[in-house]
Amino acid sequence: MERIPILRMGNYLLVTIQVDMHDKLALTLQDDLTNRIIEANAKGVLIDISSLEIVDSFIGRTLANIASMARVLDAETVVVGMQPAVAITLVELGMSLPGIRTALNVESGMEYLRETVEDHEESDGDFGDSTED
Amino acid sequence: MSKFLEAIQENRKSILQDWVQRLKSVDRRRDLLDDRELDTDAKNVLSAIADVPAGTLPEDLNAAGWQPLKELLTNLSVSRAAKGFTPSETAIFVLSLKPSLFTVARQQWGKDAGELFLEISAINDYVDKLALHTTDSYIHGRDQVIARQQEEMLELSTPVVTLWDGIVALPLIGTLDSARTQVVMESLLQAIVQTNSRFAIIDITGVPTVDTLVAQHLLKTITAARLMGAECILSGIRPQIAQTIVHLGINLEDVITKSKLADAFRLALERSGRKVVRVDKSNGANTTSPRGV
Repeated sequence: MERIPILRMGNYLLVTIQVDMHDKLALTLQDDLTNRIIEANAKGVLIDISSLEIVDSFIGRTLANIASMARVLDAETVVVGMQPAVAITLVELGMSLPGIRTALNVESGMEYLRETVEDHEESDGDFGDSTED
Repeated sequence: MSKFLEAIQENRKSILQDWVQRLKSVDRRRDLLDDRELDTDAKNVLSAIADVPAGTLPEDLNAAGWQPLKELLTNLSVSRAAKGFTPSETAIFVLSLKPSLFTVARQQWGKDAGELFLEISAINDYVDKLALHTTDSYIHGRDQVIARQQEEMLELSTPVVTLWDGIVALPLIGTLDSARTQVVMESLLQAIVQTNSRFAIIDITGVPTVDTLVAQHLLKTITAARLMGAECILSGIRPQIAQTIVHLGINLEDVITKSKLADAFRLALERSGRKVVRVDKSNGANTTSPRGV
């Protein structure tokens, strides 16, 4: 069965969508990704959709769902490289995806993940220190 | 069948003379068209009428025999439309042929009132049709000019300028309608991808009015840019527009708004970790003072 590969890079998971998404593939990705977040204890998920040229309301909603699920599992999600045509389509469909973090490309997406995840860890660490004291 | 076509063929020279004289005597645009061009135009039109294949009826302007004449008139009125003639000035060119033809008709059938009336009404009908065709072509020519200008305006109206590495600005000028917003949105998003910009400033100083539709278009553009990972700043909001926006109940809470493009630019620089400082003159123009940095 066709699957979208999920790569692990340290604390982060990297998903690159290289084929046209159809509904079943999107649902499989949702399953796989939530499982992998738990397995790998990932702190951040980066979804690269720069090759995605066609999007419909279902795919848009699935992306939003994946982001929400990842947040529940304590992993920041950032969607990178959305094409102008895809962005226009989503807006015209009335899906502004308010819960999703976005970035221009993988590089700035990774930068964002590092910043936020490190911030979290630092504040967690501070909190831990203060309780020990 | 009317016989005036034959009469035209026979009296070609005198008709042309008479017509050109009339054309020159009526109030016309000497600044746009000189006498020589007018002579050539009149001669061409008259020979197109006279040299029509035998058996072509003047009642039916759609006949194949009249095609050269119609094409000639079309080209003539399109070129006159481009030169700046008014529709009536263009129509008068054809209509002033009528009295010249009436003179010929009078010479030919002056003795028989019934015949004269028949011929004159046929001529009247014929010249009117030609004049209508001329006016139609004139308007068509004008429409083409307008369409071309509209297209050019649409292309000119969406310049995306790069202010700094990673900061683009889109100064909007003129009323925003759906077609224009589509072009604006596409060119802005394209520019964001091409220049890899994290900040886009939309400046609406030149937008005269903002209604719900325009605001919705702006919000769509801003949302689309956000989806792509760029942050939009709206600037150049004039006091009246701020009032309109609030009165209309448009929600711009999620959008960063600044009153001036300079403020928006400063914010974008700050967010991308940059700062503009004044160079201290006393330490030399080319070096920055330690305090200034």
